[in-house]
Amino acid sequence: MADINVKSNGRHLARLHPLAIRVMHWINALTMIVLIMSGWAIYNDEVIFGWLHFPSWMTMGGGPEGALQWHFLAMWILVANGIAYLAYGFSTGRFRRKLLPIRIAEIIAEMRRALALELAHDDLTHYNAVQRVLYVGIILVVILQVISGLVIWKPVQFSELAILFYDFQGARLVHFLGMVAIVGFLLLHVALALIVPKTLVAMITGGPDVPRDATASAEPDPNQPGKLAS
Amino acid sequence: MSQRSPSPSLFRPKRAIDQSVLEENHALVQSIDRRKILRGTLSLGALTMLTGCDVTHRDSVQRVLKAVSQWNDRAQALLFRPNHLAPTYSPDKVVKPPRFNAYYDVEDLAPVNADTWKLELAGLIGDKRPWTLRQIYDLPEQEIIVRHICVEGWDYIGQWSGVSLRHFLERIGADLTARYVAFKCADDYYGSIDMPSALHPQTLLATKYAGEPITDPFGFPLRLRTAVKLGFKNPKWITAMEVTNTYRGGYWEDRGFNWFSGI
Repeated sequence: MADINVKSNGRHLARLHPLAIRVMHWINALTMIVLIMSGWAIYNDEVIFGWLHFPSWMTMGGGPEGALQWHFLAMWILVANGIAYLAYGFSTGRFRRKLLPIRIAEIIAEMRRALALELAHDDLTHYNAVQRVLYVGIILVVILQVISGLVIWKPVQFSELAILFYDFQGARLVHFLGMVAIVGFLLLHVALALIVPKTLVAMITGGPDVPRDATASAEPDPNQPGKLAS
Repeated sequence: MSQRSPSPSLFRPKRAIDQSVLEENHALVQSIDRRKILRGTLSLGALTMLTGCDVTHRDSVQRVLKAVSQWNDRAQALLFRPNHLAPTYSPDKVVKPPRFNAYYDVEDLAPVNADTWKLELAGLIGDKRPWTLRQIYDLPEQEIIVRHICVEGWDYIGQWSGVSLRHFLERIGADLTARYVAFKCADDYYGSIDMPSALHPQTLLATKYAGEPITDPFGFPLRLRTAVKLGFKNPKWITAMEVTNTYRGGYWEDRGFNWFSGI
Protein backbone atom coordinates (compact mmCIF):
# COMPACT_ATOMS: atom_id res chain seq x y z
CA MET A 1 0.00 0.00 0.00
CA ALA A 2 2.36 2.66 -1.24
CA ASP A 3 -0.57 5.08 -1.34
CA ILE A 4 -0.86 5.40 2.40
CA ASN A 5 1.04 8.35 3.75
CA VAL A 6 1.63 9.08 7.39
CA LYS A 7 1.61 12.82 7.79
CA SER A 8 3.58 14.59 10.49
CA ASN A 9 0.48 14.94 12.61
CA GLY A 10 0.20 11.15 12.64
CA ARG A 11 -3.11 10.88 10.79
CA HIS A 12 -3.20 8.09 8.24
CA LEU A 13 -3.92 9.36 4.78
CA ALA A 14 -4.74 7.52 1.57
CA ARG A 15 -5.30 8.61 -2.00
CA LEU A 16 -8.83 9.32 -3.22
CA HIS A 17 -8.46 6.39 -5.66
CA PRO A 18 -6.08 3.79 -4.21
CA LEU A 19 -3.91 1.92 -6.68
CA ALA A 20 -6.13 -1.19 -6.50
CA ILE A 21 -9.18 0.85 -7.53
CA ARG A 22 -7.34 2.47 -10.42
CA VAL A 23 -6.05 -0.87 -11.74
CA MET A 24 -9.50 -2.45 -11.47
CA HIS A 25 -11.15 0.61 -13.05
CA TRP A 26 -8.99 0.50 -16.17
CA ILE A 27 -9.16 -3.28 -16.51
CA ASN A 28 -12.94 -2.92 -16.30
CA ALA A 29 -13.00 -0.09 -18.84
CA LEU A 30 -11.05 -2.11 -21.40
CA THR A 31 -13.04 -5.29 -20.73
CA MET A 32 -16.36 -3.44 -21.07
CA ILE A 33 -15.36 -1.99 -24.42
CA VAL A 34 -14.41 -5.47 -25.69
CA LEU A 35 -17.69 -6.91 -24.38
CA ILE A 36 -19.80 -4.13 -25.88
CA MET A 37 -18.16 -4.16 -29.31
CA SER A 38 -18.03 -7.95 -29.61
CA GLY A 39 -21.59 -8.05 -28.26
CA TRP A 40 -22.75 -5.80 -31.08
CA ALA A 41 -21.24 -8.23 -33.62
CA ILE A 42 -23.03 -11.14 -31.92
CA TYR A 43 -26.28 -9.14 -31.89
CA ASN A 44 -25.95 -8.40 -35.61
CA ASP A 45 -26.04 -12.13 -36.35
CA GLU A 46 -29.66 -12.29 -35.18
CA VAL A 47 -31.04 -8.84 -34.48
CA ILE A 48 -33.73 -8.24 -31.87
CA PHE A 49 -34.98 -5.09 -33.59
CA GLY A 50 -35.24 -5.21 -37.37
CA TRP A 51 -34.30 -1.54 -37.65
CA LEU A 52 -31.12 -1.87 -35.64
CA HIS A 53 -27.86 -3.23 -37.01
CA PHE A 54 -24.54 -2.04 -35.65
CA PRO A 55 -22.19 -0.87 -38.41
CA SER A 56 -19.28 -3.28 -38.76
CA TRP A 57 -16.70 -0.60 -37.92
CA MET A 58 -18.29 -0.36 -34.47
CA THR A 59 -18.02 -4.10 -33.85
CA MET A 60 -15.16 -6.34 -32.83
CA GLY A 61 -14.10 -9.84 -33.80
CA GLY A 62 -15.17 -9.85 -37.45
CA GLY A 63 -17.84 -12.53 -37.86
CA PRO A 64 -19.87 -14.08 -35.06
CA GLU A 65 -17.27 -16.80 -34.39
CA GLY A 66 -14.52 -14.25 -33.67
CA ALA A 67 -16.84 -11.96 -31.74
CA LEU A 68 -17.97 -14.89 -29.57
CA GLN A 69 -14.32 -15.76 -28.85
CA TRP A 70 -13.66 -12.21 -27.66
CA HIS A 71 -16.90 -12.08 -25.67
CA PHE A 72 -16.11 -15.39 -23.94
CA LEU A 73 -12.58 -14.23 -23.14
CA ALA A 74 -13.64 -10.85 -21.74
CA MET A 75 -16.48 -12.29 -19.65
CA TRP A 76 -14.01 -14.14 -17.40
CA ILE A 77 -11.96 -10.99 -16.90
CA LEU A 78 -15.10 -8.96 -16.13
CA VAL A 79 -16.29 -11.49 -13.56
CA ALA A 80 -12.88 -11.93 -11.87
CA ASN A 81 -12.25 -8.18 -11.81
CA GLY A 82 -15.82 -7.53 -10.65
CA ILE A 83 -15.56 -9.98 -7.75
CA ALA A 84 -12.26 -8.39 -6.71
CA TYR A 85 -13.86 -4.92 -6.91
CA LEU A 86 -16.91 -5.91 -4.84
CA ALA A 87 -14.72 -7.66 -2.25
CA TYR A 88 -12.50 -4.57 -2.04
CA GLY A 89 -15.42 -2.13 -1.89
CA PHE A 90 -17.18 -3.96 0.91
CA SER A 91 -14.14 -4.99 2.96
CA THR A 92 -12.47 -1.56 2.99
CA GLY A 93 -15.73 0.30 3.57
CA ARG A 94 -15.25 2.27 0.37
CA PHE A 95 -18.80 1.54 -0.80
CA ARG A 96 -20.24 2.65 2.55
CA ARG A 97 -18.14 5.81 2.62
CA LYS A 98 -18.54 6.86 -0.99
CA LEU A 99 -21.87 5.47 -2.17
CA LEU A 100 -24.12 5.75 0.90
CA PRO A 101 -26.49 7.13 1.96
CA ILE A 102 -28.75 7.66 -1.04
CA ARG A 103 -31.58 10.09 -0.31
CA ILE A 104 -34.35 10.88 -2.79
CA ALA A 105 -34.55 14.55 -1.82
CA GLU A 106 -30.82 14.99 -2.42
CA ILE A 107 -31.05 13.32 -5.80
CA ILE A 108 -33.81 15.69 -6.90
CA ALA A 109 -31.90 18.71 -5.61
CA GLU A 110 -28.72 17.59 -7.41
CA MET A 111 -30.61 16.95 -10.64
CA ARG A 112 -31.99 20.51 -10.51
CA ARG A 113 -28.50 21.90 -10.05
CA ALA A 114 -27.11 19.72 -12.81
CA LEU A 115 -29.77 20.93 -15.24
CA ALA A 116 -29.08 24.51 -14.22
CA LEU A 117 -25.39 23.83 -14.89
CA GLU A 118 -24.53 24.73 -11.33
CA LEU A 119 -22.69 21.57 -10.35
CA ALA A 120 -19.60 21.95 -8.21
CA HIS A 121 -16.45 19.97 -8.85
CA ASP A 122 -14.01 21.57 -6.45
CA ASP A 123 -14.20 18.56 -4.12
CA LEU A 124 -13.48 15.30 -5.91
CA THR A 125 -13.51 13.30 -2.71
CA HIS A 126 -17.24 13.66 -2.28
CA TYR A 127 -19.76 12.03 -4.59
CA ASN A 128 -23.04 13.92 -4.87
CA ALA A 129 -26.39 12.14 -4.70
CA VAL A 130 -26.74 11.72 -8.46
CA GLN A 131 -23.25 10.28 -8.74
CA ARG A 132 -23.99 7.83 -5.94
CA VAL A 133 -27.19 6.65 -7.59
CA LEU A 134 -25.43 6.22 -10.93
CA TYR A 135 -22.46 4.35 -9.45
CA VAL A 136 -24.65 2.01 -7.40
CA GLY A 137 -26.99 1.63 -10.39
CA ILE A 138 -24.22 0.70 -12.82
CA ILE A 139 -22.83 -1.90 -10.41
CA LEU A 140 -26.32 -3.47 -10.21
CA VAL A 141 -26.72 -3.34 -14.00
CA VAL A 142 -23.39 -5.13 -14.51
CA ILE A 143 -24.45 -7.82 -12.03
CA LEU A 144 -27.70 -8.18 -14.01
CA GLN A 145 -25.63 -8.44 -17.21
CA VAL A 146 -23.60 -11.27 -15.71
CA ILE A 147 -26.77 -13.13 -14.68
CA SER A 148 -28.59 -12.60 -17.99
CA GLY A 149 -25.38 -13.47 -19.85
CA LEU A 150 -25.06 -16.68 -17.87
CA VAL A 151 -28.63 -17.59 -18.87
CA ILE A 152 -27.97 -16.89 -22.56
CA TRP A 153 -24.79 -18.96 -22.40
CA LYS A 154 -26.31 -21.85 -20.39
CA PRO A 155 -30.13 -21.72 -20.53
CA VAL A 156 -30.32 -25.44 -19.71
CA GLN A 157 -27.60 -25.81 -17.07
CA PHE A 158 -28.96 -22.68 -15.34
CA SER A 159 -32.61 -23.32 -16.20
CA GLU A 160 -33.59 -22.23 -12.66
CA LEU A 161 -32.09 -18.78 -13.37
CA ALA A 162 -33.61 -18.68 -16.87
CA ILE A 163 -37.10 -18.57 -15.34
CA LEU A 164 -36.28 -15.07 -14.04
CA PHE A 165 -36.25 -13.81 -17.63
CA TYR A 166 -39.37 -15.72 -18.78
CA ASP A 167 -37.47 -17.52 -21.54
CA PHE A 168 -34.30 -17.48 -23.63
CA GLN A 169 -35.41 -14.46 -25.69
CA GLY A 170 -36.33 -12.65 -22.48
CA ALA A 171 -32.76 -13.08 -21.27
CA ARG A 172 -31.47 -11.79 -24.63
CA LEU A 173 -33.69 -8.71 -24.35
CA VAL A 174 -32.58 -7.99 -20.78
CA HIS A 175 -28.94 -8.46 -21.81
CA PHE A 176 -29.51 -5.99 -24.67
CA LEU A 177 -31.20 -3.42 -22.42
CA GLY A 178 -28.40 -3.81 -19.87
CA MET A 179 -25.95 -2.99 -22.67
CA VAL A 180 -28.01 0.13 -23.49
CA ALA A 181 -27.82 1.21 -19.83
CA ILE A 182 -24.06 0.61 -19.71
CA VAL A 183 -23.43 2.49 -22.95
CA GLY A 184 -25.60 5.35 -21.68
CA PHE A 185 -23.64 5.44 -18.42
CA LEU A 186 -20.36 5.25 -20.32
CA LEU A 187 -21.23 8.23 -22.54
CA LEU A 188 -22.26 10.35 -19.55
CA HIS A 189 -19.31 9.19 -17.45
CA VAL A 190 -16.75 9.94 -20.18
CA ALA A 191 -18.40 13.26 -21.08
CA LEU A 192 -18.33 14.43 -17.45
CA ALA A 193 -14.73 13.23 -17.02
CA LEU A 194 -13.73 15.26 -20.06
CA ILE A 195 -15.61 18.34 -18.83
CA VAL A 196 -13.82 18.08 -15.48
CA PRO A 197 -10.44 16.66 -16.55
CA LYS A 198 -9.04 16.50 -13.03
CA THR A 199 -11.43 13.60 -12.33
CA LEU A 200 -9.81 11.72 -15.20
CA VAL A 201 -6.33 12.61 -13.93
CA ALA A 202 -7.32 11.42 -10.45
CA MET A 203 -8.26 7.99 -11.84
CA ILE A 204 -4.73 7.75 -13.26
CA THR A 205 -2.57 9.37 -10.56
CA GLY A 206 -4.75 8.59 -7.54
CA GLY A 207 -6.00 12.11 -6.89
CA PRO A 208 -5.88 14.06 -3.64
CA ASP A 209 -5.07 12.60 -0.24
CA VAL A 210 -8.03 11.78 1.95
CA PRO A 211 -8.16 10.70 5.62
CA ARG A 212 -8.02 6.92 5.98
CA ASP A 213 -11.16 6.78 8.06
CA ALA A 214 -13.15 9.33 6.15
CA THR A 215 -16.56 8.42 7.51
CA ALA A 216 -17.28 12.12 7.82
CA SER A 217 -17.28 12.52 4.05
CA ALA A 218 -20.35 10.29 3.85
CA GLU A 219 -22.30 12.89 5.78
CA PRO A 220 -22.22 16.18 3.91
CA ASP A 221 -22.49 19.34 5.95
CA PRO A 222 -26.23 20.06 6.20
CA ASN A 223 -25.51 23.78 5.95
CA GLN A 224 -23.77 23.24 2.67
CA PRO A 225 -25.93 20.79 0.72
CA GLY A 226 -24.29 19.40 -2.38
CA LYS A 227 -21.25 21.59 -1.80
CA LEU A 228 -22.40 24.33 -4.13
CA ALA A 229 -19.79 26.46 -5.74
CA SER A 230 -19.70 29.79 -3.99
CA MET B 1 -38.86 -12.14 -33.22
CA SER B 2 -41.24 -12.08 -36.14
CA GLN B 3 -39.42 -9.24 -37.84
CA ARG B 4 -36.25 -10.84 -39.00
CA SER B 5 -33.93 -8.83 -41.11
CA PRO B 6 -31.14 -10.19 -43.28
CA SER B 7 -27.99 -10.66 -41.26
CA PRO B 8 -24.50 -11.26 -42.63
CA SER B 9 -24.45 -14.71 -41.12
CA LEU B 10 -22.33 -17.71 -41.98
CA PHE B 11 -25.31 -19.84 -41.11
CA ARG B 12 -27.45 -18.23 -43.74
CA PRO B 13 -25.27 -18.22 -46.84
CA LYS B 14 -26.43 -16.04 -49.66
CA ARG B 15 -26.80 -17.30 -53.22
CA ALA B 16 -23.73 -18.04 -55.25
CA ILE B 17 -22.13 -14.95 -56.79
CA ASP B 18 -23.69 -13.90 -60.08
CA GLN B 19 -20.98 -14.56 -62.70
CA SER B 20 -22.69 -12.77 -65.62
CA VAL B 21 -21.30 -9.35 -64.70
CA LEU B 22 -17.77 -10.72 -64.66
CA GLU B 23 -18.25 -12.37 -68.05
CA GLU B 24 -19.68 -9.19 -69.62
CA ASN B 25 -16.76 -7.08 -68.42
CA HIS B 26 -14.05 -9.68 -68.90
CA ALA B 27 -11.73 -7.49 -70.99
CA LEU B 28 -12.04 -4.53 -68.63
CA VAL B 29 -11.26 -6.64 -65.58
CA GLN B 30 -8.18 -8.10 -67.27
CA SER B 31 -6.75 -4.72 -68.27
CA ILE B 32 -7.17 -3.36 -64.76
CA ASP B 33 -5.46 -6.41 -63.39
CA ARG B 34 -2.40 -5.97 -65.61
CA ARG B 35 -1.89 -2.38 -64.50
CA LYS B 36 -2.37 -3.32 -60.86
CA ILE B 37 0.15 -6.14 -61.06
CA LEU B 38 2.81 -3.72 -62.31
CA ARG B 39 2.15 -1.30 -59.50
CA GLY B 40 1.70 -4.06 -56.97
CA THR B 41 5.08 -5.68 -57.60
CA LEU B 42 6.80 -2.40 -56.72
CA SER B 43 5.04 -1.93 -53.40
CA LEU B 44 4.93 -5.59 -52.42
CA GLY B 45 8.45 -5.61 -50.99
CA ALA B 46 7.80 -2.55 -48.85
CA LEU B 47 4.44 -3.92 -47.72
CA THR B 48 5.81 -7.19 -46.40
CA MET B 49 8.29 -5.28 -44.24
CA LEU B 50 5.55 -3.04 -42.85
CA THR B 51 3.03 -5.75 -42.12
CA GLY B 52 5.47 -8.38 -40.87
CA CYS B 53 4.99 -7.43 -37.25
CA ASP B 54 1.27 -6.95 -37.68
CA VAL B 55 0.72 -10.43 -39.09
CA THR B 56 2.68 -12.08 -36.26
CA HIS B 57 0.70 -10.02 -33.78
CA ARG B 58 -2.57 -11.18 -35.31
CA ASP B 59 -1.44 -14.81 -35.19
CA SER B 60 -0.59 -14.58 -31.51
CA VAL B 61 -3.99 -13.01 -30.76
CA GLN B 62 -5.65 -15.89 -32.63
CA ARG B 63 -3.61 -18.37 -30.59
CA VAL B 64 -4.74 -16.76 -27.33
CA LEU B 65 -8.40 -16.76 -28.42
CA LYS B 66 -8.16 -20.41 -29.45
CA ALA B 67 -6.58 -21.34 -26.12
CA VAL B 68 -9.33 -19.49 -24.25
CA SER B 69 -11.97 -21.28 -26.33
CA GLN B 70 -10.39 -24.63 -25.37
CA TRP B 71 -10.35 -23.49 -21.76
CA ASN B 72 -14.04 -22.65 -22.13
CA ASP B 73 -14.61 -26.23 -23.35
CA ARG B 74 -13.20 -27.52 -20.07
CA ALA B 75 -15.16 -24.97 -18.01
CA GLN B 76 -18.38 -26.06 -19.72
CA ALA B 77 -17.61 -29.74 -19.14
CA LEU B 78 -17.28 -28.92 -15.42
CA LEU B 79 -20.54 -26.93 -15.41
CA PHE B 80 -22.39 -29.74 -17.20
CA ARG B 81 -24.96 -31.51 -15.03
CA PRO B 82 -25.35 -35.01 -16.55
CA ASN B 83 -28.77 -35.67 -15.07
CA HIS B 84 -30.22 -32.16 -15.14
CA LEU B 85 -33.07 -32.10 -17.64
CA ALA B 86 -33.73 -29.29 -20.07
CA PRO B 87 -37.20 -27.73 -19.76
CA THR B 88 -39.82 -29.54 -21.85
CA TYR B 89 -42.97 -28.11 -23.39
CA SER B 90 -46.48 -29.13 -24.36
CA PRO B 91 -47.18 -30.25 -27.96
CA ASP B 92 -49.18 -27.08 -28.74
CA LYS B 93 -45.98 -25.03 -28.45
CA VAL B 94 -44.26 -27.02 -31.20
CA VAL B 95 -43.29 -25.06 -34.34
CA LYS B 96 -44.20 -26.88 -37.56
CA PRO B 97 -42.23 -27.27 -39.67
CA PRO B 98 -38.94 -26.64 -37.84
CA ARG B 99 -36.51 -24.03 -39.11
CA PHE B 100 -34.17 -25.07 -41.91
CA ASN B 101 -30.48 -24.62 -41.29
CA ALA B 102 -27.37 -25.77 -43.08
CA TYR B 103 -24.18 -24.26 -44.44
CA TYR B 104 -25.96 -23.89 -47.78
CA ASP B 105 -29.40 -22.84 -49.01
CA VAL B 106 -32.39 -25.15 -48.90
CA GLU B 107 -32.43 -25.17 -52.74
CA ASP B 108 -29.04 -26.89 -52.73
CA LEU B 109 -30.24 -29.71 -50.52
CA ALA B 110 -29.46 -33.24 -51.76
CA PRO B 111 -32.03 -35.65 -50.28
CA VAL B 112 -30.81 -38.97 -48.90
CA ASN B 113 -32.04 -42.18 -50.54
CA ALA B 114 -33.61 -44.24 -47.76
CA ASP B 115 -33.21 -47.55 -49.66
CA THR B 116 -29.45 -47.36 -49.95
CA TRP B 117 -28.83 -45.40 -46.75
CA LYS B 118 -26.84 -47.09 -43.99
CA LEU B 119 -25.48 -45.95 -40.68
CA GLU B 120 -21.82 -46.96 -40.60
CA LEU B 121 -20.12 -47.47 -37.25
CA ALA B 122 -16.46 -47.03 -36.38
CA GLY B 123 -14.04 -46.71 -33.50
CA LEU B 124 -14.44 -48.08 -29.98
CA ILE B 125 -17.58 -50.10 -30.71
CA GLY B 126 -18.09 -53.82 -30.07
CA ASP B 127 -20.47 -54.55 -32.95
CA LYS B 128 -19.63 -52.38 -35.94
CA ARG B 129 -22.14 -53.87 -38.37
CA PRO B 130 -23.89 -51.08 -40.26
CA TRP B 131 -27.56 -50.35 -39.55
CA THR B 132 -30.34 -50.06 -42.10
CA LEU B 133 -33.21 -47.62 -41.63
CA ARG B 134 -35.62 -50.47 -40.93
CA GLN B 135 -33.42 -51.68 -38.07
CA ILE B 136 -33.23 -48.15 -36.64
CA TYR B 137 -37.02 -47.75 -36.81
CA ASP B 138 -37.40 -51.02 -34.84
CA LEU B 139 -35.48 -49.59 -31.87
CA PRO B 140 -37.41 -48.28 -28.84
CA GLU B 141 -38.52 -44.70 -29.39
CA GLN B 142 -38.28 -41.75 -27.03
CA GLU B 143 -39.86 -38.32 -27.56
CA ILE B 144 -38.64 -34.93 -26.35
CA ILE B 145 -40.24 -31.50 -26.82
CA VAL B 146 -37.36 -29.10 -26.22
CA ARG B 147 -36.11 -25.70 -27.23
CA HIS B 148 -33.66 -25.54 -30.11
CA ILE B 149 -31.23 -22.65 -29.61
CA CYS B 150 -28.98 -21.48 -32.42
CA VAL B 151 -25.61 -19.88 -31.74
CA GLU B 152 -26.94 -16.89 -33.69
CA GLY B 153 -29.60 -16.21 -31.06
CA TRP B 154 -32.88 -17.52 -32.48
CA ASP B 155 -34.80 -20.44 -31.04
CA TYR B 156 -37.92 -22.59 -31.50
CA ILE B 157 -39.61 -25.45 -29.71
CA GLY B 158 -39.43 -28.79 -31.52
CA GLN B 159 -40.85 -32.25 -30.97
CA TRP B 160 -38.34 -34.97 -31.75
CA SER B 161 -38.47 -38.76 -31.44
CA GLY B 162 -36.01 -41.56 -31.96
CA VAL B 163 -33.77 -43.92 -30.10
CA SER B 164 -31.95 -42.61 -27.07
CA LEU B 165 -28.27 -42.26 -28.02
CA ARG B 166 -27.31 -43.79 -24.68
CA HIS B 167 -29.47 -46.83 -25.43
CA PHE B 168 -28.00 -47.11 -28.92
CA LEU B 169 -24.41 -46.81 -27.69
CA GLU B 170 -25.05 -49.53 -25.10
CA ARG B 171 -26.74 -51.71 -27.72
CA ILE B 172 -23.76 -51.61 -30.10
CA GLY B 173 -21.28 -52.20 -27.30
CA ALA B 174 -19.63 -48.79 -27.45
CA ASP B 175 -16.92 -47.87 -24.97
CA LEU B 176 -18.88 -45.42 -22.80
CA THR B 177 -15.66 -44.22 -21.18
CA ALA B 178 -14.39 -42.87 -24.51
CA ARG B 179 -14.18 -39.09 -24.80
CA TYR B 180 -16.08 -38.34 -28.00
CA VAL B 181 -18.90 -39.43 -30.25
CA ALA B 182 -18.30 -38.14 -33.76
CA PHE B 183 -20.63 -37.98 -36.76
CA LYS B 184 -20.30 -37.74 -40.53
CA CYS B 185 -23.16 -36.58 -42.72
CA ALA B 186 -24.38 -37.06 -46.27
CA ASP B 187 -23.74 -33.37 -47.04
CA ASP B 188 -20.10 -33.55 -45.84
CA TYR B 189 -21.02 -31.81 -42.59
CA TYR B 190 -19.31 -33.35 -39.59
CA GLY B 191 -19.26 -32.86 -35.85
CA SER B 192 -18.47 -34.39 -32.49
CA ILE B 193 -19.78 -34.17 -28.95
CA ASP B 194 -18.44 -35.16 -25.54
CA MET B 195 -19.50 -38.52 -24.10
CA PRO B 196 -21.36 -37.09 -21.06
CA SER B 197 -23.59 -35.06 -23.42
CA ALA B 198 -24.03 -38.13 -25.66
CA LEU B 199 -25.26 -40.10 -22.62
CA HIS B 200 -27.64 -37.34 -21.44
CA PRO B 201 -31.26 -38.57 -21.12
CA GLN B 202 -32.38 -35.93 -23.67
CA THR B 203 -29.98 -36.88 -26.45
CA LEU B 204 -31.58 -38.80 -29.32
CA LEU B 205 -30.80 -40.19 -32.71
CA ALA B 206 -33.98 -38.65 -34.06
CA THR B 207 -36.04 -40.13 -36.89
CA LYS B 208 -39.32 -38.24 -36.39
CA TYR B 209 -40.51 -34.67 -35.98
CA ALA B 210 -43.96 -34.00 -34.51
CA GLY B 211 -44.75 -37.71 -34.82
CA GLU B 212 -43.92 -37.96 -38.55
CA PRO B 213 -40.67 -39.10 -40.20
CA ILE B 214 -38.27 -36.17 -40.41
CA THR B 215 -38.52 -34.59 -43.86
CA ASP B 216 -35.53 -34.06 -46.17
CA PRO B 217 -34.66 -30.46 -45.18
CA PHE B 218 -34.46 -31.36 -41.51
CA GLY B 219 -32.15 -34.36 -41.65
CA PHE B 220 -33.96 -37.37 -43.12
CA PRO B 221 -33.47 -40.15 -42.30
CA LEU B 222 -31.38 -39.73 -39.15
CA ARG B 223 -30.11 -36.76 -37.19
CA LEU B 224 -28.83 -36.01 -33.74
CA ARG B 225 -31.09 -34.06 -31.43
CA THR B 226 -29.71 -33.15 -28.04
CA ALA B 227 -31.32 -30.72 -25.61
CA VAL B 228 -27.96 -29.81 -24.08
CA LYS B 229 -26.16 -28.34 -27.10
CA LEU B 230 -26.54 -25.42 -29.49
CA GLY B 231 -28.23 -26.15 -32.81
CA PHE B 232 -25.10 -26.60 -34.90
CA LYS B 233 -23.97 -29.44 -32.59
CA ASN B 234 -26.87 -31.55 -33.95
CA PRO B 235 -25.67 -33.08 -37.24
CA LYS B 236 -28.37 -33.95 -39.78
CA TRP B 237 -28.40 -36.61 -42.55
CA ILE B 238 -26.02 -38.73 -40.46
CA THR B 239 -24.27 -41.54 -42.35
CA ALA B 240 -21.54 -42.58 -39.91
CA MET B 241 -20.88 -42.54 -36.20
CA GLU B 242 -17.57 -43.07 -34.44
CA VAL B 243 -16.74 -43.52 -30.76
CA THR B 244 -13.24 -42.25 -30.18
CA ASN B 245 -10.70 -40.67 -27.88
CA THR B 246 -9.35 -38.55 -30.73
CA TYR B 247 -10.66 -35.01 -31.09
CA ARG B 248 -12.56 -34.74 -34.39
CA GLY B 249 -13.72 -31.12 -34.21
CA GLY B 250 -16.59 -30.17 -36.45
CA TYR B 251 -17.58 -28.11 -39.49
CA TRP B 252 -18.27 -24.85 -37.63
CA GLU B 253 -15.85 -25.62 -34.80
CA ASP B 254 -13.00 -25.81 -37.31
CA ARG B 255 -14.09 -22.33 -38.48
CA GLY B 256 -13.73 -20.78 -35.03
CA PHE B 257 -16.93 -21.60 -33.15
CA ASN B 258 -16.56 -23.06 -29.66
CA TRP B 259 -16.43 -26.86 -29.70
CA PHE B 260 -18.30 -27.77 -26.51
CA SER B 261 -21.13 -25.28 -27.16
CA GLY B 262 -23.30 -26.73 -24.43
CA ILE B 263 -26.39 -24.87 -23.31
